[in-house]
Amino acid sequence: MMAYIVRRILYAIPILIGVNLITFTLFFIVNSPDDMARMHLGVKRVTPEAIEQWKVEHGYNKPTLYNASAQGFSRFTDTIFFEKSVKLFQFDFGSSDSGRDIGYDISQRMWPSLAIALPVLLVGLAVNITFALLIAFFRATYIDFWGVVICVVMMSISALFYIIGGQYLVGKLLHLVPISGYDTSLGAVKFLILPVIIGVIGGIGAGTRWYRTLFLEEINRDYVRTARAKGLSEQWVLFGHVFKNALIPILTGVVAVLPLLFMGSLITESFFGIPGLGSYTIDAINNQDFAIVRSMVFLGSVLYIIGLIMTDISYTIVDPRVRLS
Amino acid sequence: MTDPLLKIENLQTQLGDEQDPVRVVDGLDLAIHRGETFALLGESGCGKSMTALSMMRLLPPSGRVVEGDIEFGGTDLLWLSEQEMRQVRGGRMGMIFQEPMTSLNPVLKIGDQIAEAVRLHDRLRGSRVTKRVLELLDSVGIPDPVRRAREYPHQLSGGMKQRVMIAMALAGRPELLIADEPTTALDVTIQAQVLNLLKDLQRDSGMAVLLITHDLGIVAETADRLAVMYAGQIVETSDVSTFFQGPKHPYSRKLFESLPDSNKRDEKLAVIKGFVPSLKQQFTGCRFLQRCEESGDRCSREVPEWRQLNRRQGVRCLLYAEKPLVSKAKQDPQTTLHRTRKTSADPLLSVIDLKVHFPIHKGVLRRVVGHVRAVDGVDLQIPKGHTLALVGESGCGKTTVGKAILQLLKPTAGSARFEGDELTRLRGAALRKRRADMQIIFQDPMSSMNPRMLVGDIIAEGMQAQKMGTKPQQAWRVNQLLQQVGLSEEAAGRYPHEFSGGQRQRICVARALAVQPKLIICDEPTSALDVSVQAQILNLLKELQHELDLSYLFITHNISVVSYLADEVAVMYLGRIVEQGRVESVLNSPAHPYTQALLSAVPVPDPDHQRDVIRLEGDMPSPANPPTGCHFHPRCPQASEQCRQAYPPQAELSRGQRVSCWLHTVGQ
Amino acid sequence: MIEPVILWTDALIFLLVLLIAGFALYARRKEHLRAPWQEIARSRVGMGALVVLSVYVAIGLLDSLHYRPQVAQEGQAETAEVLSLFDKLVTPLRVRQEKTYSAPLATHQYAKENIELADGSMVRDYPRLKHAGAHLENPQEEWLQDILWLIAKGLVEGLIFWLLCSALLIYWSARRSDGSFRQKFAAIRRSDTTLPWKSLLFTSGVLTLVGFVAAELSLHYHLLGTDKVGEDVLYQALKSIRTGLVIGTLTTMVMLPAAILLGIMAGYFRGWVDDVIQYTYTTLNSIPGVLLIAAAILMMQIYMSNHEEEFTSLTQRADLRLLFLCMILGVTSWTGLCRLLRGETFKLRELEYVQASLAFGVGHFKIIGRHILPNVLHIVLITLVLDFSGLVLAEAVLSYVNIGVDPTMNSWGNMINGARLEMAREPIVWWSLAAALVFMFTLVLAANLFSDVVRDAFDPRLRTTR
Repeated sequence: MMAYIVRRILYAIPILIGVNLITFTLFFIVNSPDDMARMHLGVKRVTPEAIEQWKVEHGYNKPTLYNASAQGFSRFTDTIFFEKSVKLFQFDFGSSDSGRDIGYDISQRMWPSLAIALPVLLVGLAVNITFALLIAFFRATYIDFWGVVICVVMMSISALFYIIGGQYLVGKLLHLVPISGYDTSLGAVKFLILPVIIGVIGGIGAGTRWYRTLFLEEINRDYVRTARAKGLSEQWVLFGHVFKNALIPILTGVVAVLPLLFMGSLITESFFGIPGLGSYTIDAINNQDFAIVRSMVFLGSVLYIIGLIMTDISYTIVDPRVRLS
Repeated sequence: MTDPLLKIENLQTQLGDEQDPVRVVDGLDLAIHRGETFALLGESGCGKSMTALSMMRLLPPSGRVVEGDIEFGGTDLLWLSEQEMRQVRGGRMGMIFQEPMTSLNPVLKIGDQIAEAVRLHDRLRGSRVTKRVLELLDSVGIPDPVRRAREYPHQLSGGMKQRVMIAMALAGRPELLIADEPTTALDVTIQAQVLNLLKDLQRDSGMAVLLITHDLGIVAETADRLAVMYAGQIVETSDVSTFFQGPKHPYSRKLFESLPDSNKRDEKLAVIKGFVPSLKQQFTGCRFLQRCEESGDRCSREVPEWRQLNRRQGVRCLLYAEKPLVSKAKQDPQTTLHRTRKTSADPLLSVIDLKVHFPIHKGVLRRVVGHVRAVDGVDLQIPKGHTLALVGESGCGKTTVGKAILQLLKPTAGSARFEGDELTRLRGAALRKRRADMQIIFQDPMSSMNPRMLVGDIIAEGMQAQKMGTKPQQAWRVNQLLQQVGLSEEAAGRYPHEFSGGQRQRICVARALAVQPKLIICDEPTSALDVSVQAQILNLLKELQHELDLSYLFITHNISVVSYLADEVAVMYLGRIVEQGRVESVLNSPAHPYTQALLSAVPVPDPDHQRDVIRLEGDMPSPANPPTGCHFHPRCPQASEQCRQAYPPQAELSRGQRVSCWLHTVGQ
Repeated sequence: MIEPVILWTDALIFLLVLLIAGFALYARRKEHLRAPWQEIARSRVGMGALVVLSVYVAIGLLDSLHYRPQVAQEGQAETAEVLSLFDKLVTPLRVRQEKTYSAPLATHQYAKENIELADGSMVRDYPRLKHAGAHLENPQEEWLQDILWLIAKGLVEGLIFWLLCSALLIYWSARRSDGSFRQKFAAIRRSDTTLPWKSLLFTSGVLTLVGFVAAELSLHYHLLGTDKVGEDVLYQALKSIRTGLVIGTLTTMVMLPAAILLGIMAGYFRGWVDDVIQYTYTTLNSIPGVLLIAAAILMMQIYMSNHEEEFTSLTQRADLRLLFLCMILGVTSWTGLCRLLRGETFKLRELEYVQASLAFGVGHFKIIGRHILPNVLHIVLITLVLDFSGLVLAEAVLSYVNIGVDPTMNSWGNMINGARLEMAREPIVWWSLAAALVFMFTLVLAANLFSDVVRDAFDPRLRTTR
């Protein structure tokens, strides 16, 4: 078990290097340090000296991937790629174009993101499982049929509609809660209610339909017949046997996305004006702030890999058949 | 006689569409008395399981009982409310299923699964439940029940799981236990254990058992009375001893004749032509008409009524009607096979010390920490035109041997020489060329053909790969091959799913023959088939061998097939051959204790046959971690200290019988 | 004289049409592919959804035939914008621009303006629209009557058209099966036909009526209003169809070769091949999709602004950006299919017919082509159809975040994005938003329903309704 986890963590290193290589290529091959400098300095002051000056200041005065003038191993280490990557691996994200410390911003902004994403996930899970169980219990009846139809209809509605419609209805017409904004500590709750509700409703269609498939797949298994042959009631068969088995893929699926919750949701946060990592990213994209985007890509990859490892571990916990080796 | 415990009258169960239903059970009458073992015998698809599920009212969602009564101890089950029925289910009537591997909930502990049934039907609470669970586990012969109760199903072997299933069914102290093919998925030595257990439990508790099976041997050994089912109806009932002295219905008789055994070695097996009719139709005559050799004109016009011949035996056949049918059965012309005198020249294939090990990786760096010794030093010789049977239980490595000889798996060590060519060293074009000489036929005719290809293309694939002949020549050869295996030429233009299991296996034989091989490895080619169909395939294989001078490596677990078909036999246990020699000598005077136990565990279709089953304890150990010394010693009733120390060398007994056992090396 | 213009996405769309036609011919000969399609053809929901989809596809295809109109004056021809056949067909919608916002079917502008009256005095009021309802003398009184009249006219015309077409269709199909018109008609009424004629005719009937009413109204009004610069919203919504379809189909087409090739190779060859491919897709997968798209799009923008000389026209530039978006979406979405195919190949490889092939000495690539590929084709097809609706929805979100299609391109995402800024206005400007959402919803719902039917037909194991 321990050996397995260590191995997985070691396996993460080449993946993260790959991720860095991809983002690095994307950013620097198309958009060379010279271009970056020109863009930041504006059109007026562009002299070769100014560009050189800017590159030195921001650490872009070295070769990108391969330093032909260096000796031995430092041909690879004395490059922009290596230095920037090493800093990322140390979680030193540097500063943004506007001069703010990215690491600090991230540590501040991930909590509001989590404050929305976690309730959406948990409430959504509860709601979807309940609906899916109901539909599975009434399988092959009209409730099942219409349940699935409603799910498909809800799936077909754009997330943007849920947000805009919800904001308009609850915030503007009924004046129940503020449409957007955020507050520190407990004051935040009233700003969170709407986005959470909307997030949950938006996920019902796809979630319920998916869980229903999982339940129905289990209901056709042999052990369900055994349970019925014991004389157990249909409810007990569903909750005591089917549910426990279907929960394995559901739970492990949830664990996989848990770390990514920190990243927040791009559109929800920007619509509701919540100062989380999602809106941070959007602002960075709109301001073309590459340092932030690159940091977020790295962070996202790290969280994704953590999710993968946690999924494997959670399998061994919830599924007695799985032993890692 | 007292009132029967269970009485079924005119049961009719249908599946699927109501407009066009499949009549899986079509007017079935049955009576089971208290304390008896009643066997329901029939081939796959005849409606045995559906009968049982109708009784439990556990039919699949598309199924329904449309008519009939099921009277169980004075109550009609079909009129009970679902809630009342739940009291019966698992209470007065328990059921165990064919597939113990999938029939237990994988995420619940064994003990909890049994406790559910105990709480429901025994109305016990608290610690008394645990006590009863342990009692039940103990009563089905599970060692160390306290530990086992806390384990999950995947930690148990197949035999253990079936014991747990039985324990669960016993929790409600049933008056009737329905066992639906309880041992079909198990190995023969484990089967003997489970059947024994069922017998003991029945003796102690006095419950009745409805045993659903396709195996005449099991019926002969365990049942008191039996009913033969065909196409949704019962065609014959009898008590076991009368039945085995003289089955009355032509179908029952054919079943007997199609069983392979050593006495029939020189003749063709009887086959039942055709296949079970579609149950979507409404019958106007006898259901067995198309396949019967004794039918008359009346059989197609008149639906045969049930006739009770005497107190013990009844039959549904016009041969026994008021005006009996004059049977037009003719004695088959001589069906003897001309056996060429086999002269064992140089062996066609000779395998020496073949090993296939699969590495086990562990740790951070995935270092190899051990090996699964699937095949661990096997020696075999097959002369031209001979059949060598490789016998063993599942997991002993026999299939791996086959694949390693064909170089489908890379052997770890050892040599396999084919006509003097070392196969393990052949590469590229040379190996490709050799492949034409050795072919393989698989167990499952479903998965051994690409469902997306036409039968003609499937058969021609090998010729294309071997670049044999032109396209028209290949097409001509496909037709010839189809005829050779007894199929019509138009089969070439159809897809595999349009054929029955037996026909598909014929296509597989044709495919193997297409490249004119000298050796065919038959990997359990008949174990997915019914007895009557099995007979067809065995006949075909035997004919082909005679015509084409083929050699077979016949991998199987079925001893009666071995005794019918093979010239020599090798018995495998945990990756090694423990005994080999000529069929007569090994089967008649087995020398190795494992061979003895294996042979004694095979049920014999003769109720008068007295046999002492040598009971083997436990299961086969894992090939990743074989026991020290003789691999068999932990289960061997005759093991001595020496057996624990070292693996016995091979000893040569008389008549070329070779055995690896310390019992036989002592004197030498 | 007109000069045809083939944009990059046009070329790919026609390639896709060719591929689908080729596949259809191939499938006709293969029973295992024909049978599921026949099952789909029998499904009422599936056929109804297909009618809706084909209307969308027809509009999308018409909108993909581009040309450059020859303008009379010499020298101006170079700068003339590229138009499509669809633009030509709906010329009235395209050219009748207002000044700014107007509500659906309105006769007056949304916002007050200073109007110079005939006597020269200035009044601040809602001005009449230039085109919508221009034929009315006195809008306040005649408006409702006119609208109702137009609706009725559209309904009657549509009904006649639909009845004619249906009759012709039924006659044709009766001729084909050597029956009489009456027999066929009775069979359809009893729903006693293999094809679900009733739902086919019903869906097309509804669509015809809606189409005719919309056409009648659009000739005299702006059915869905106008946007900020006075462009007809219906026209925008219709133009966005092509964008949505291109994203939904080309993305999958772009990623398909890589996904199939790598997935099967990883599952078949295992060992180091598998390791490399698994590493590749885990790495790609671990980059948050939106960020990868954002980064790529940003880079492309910069590239384009640095190399402006390479892009001759706005349309061409927007088109290239669309294609690039498809490709980058493909890069983020091929991993799912690849992993599925890897797993399935892993299983298939162990099957006995593959082993039998190996025993014949058949080469690896032949085995892949003959045994593996045909047996995973249904997975590819299911994924293709399932992904479509997700991609259409994703376009809207991405365009909203400004990393989607070019802002000058018509797309539902851009419509929503533009309309969102006006949400705060009073009375609210809702029509752009509603139009985009309804058009998108209809397409996605039809696609979802159709994909359910396709999945059920090709993979009975996953059957949603028993």
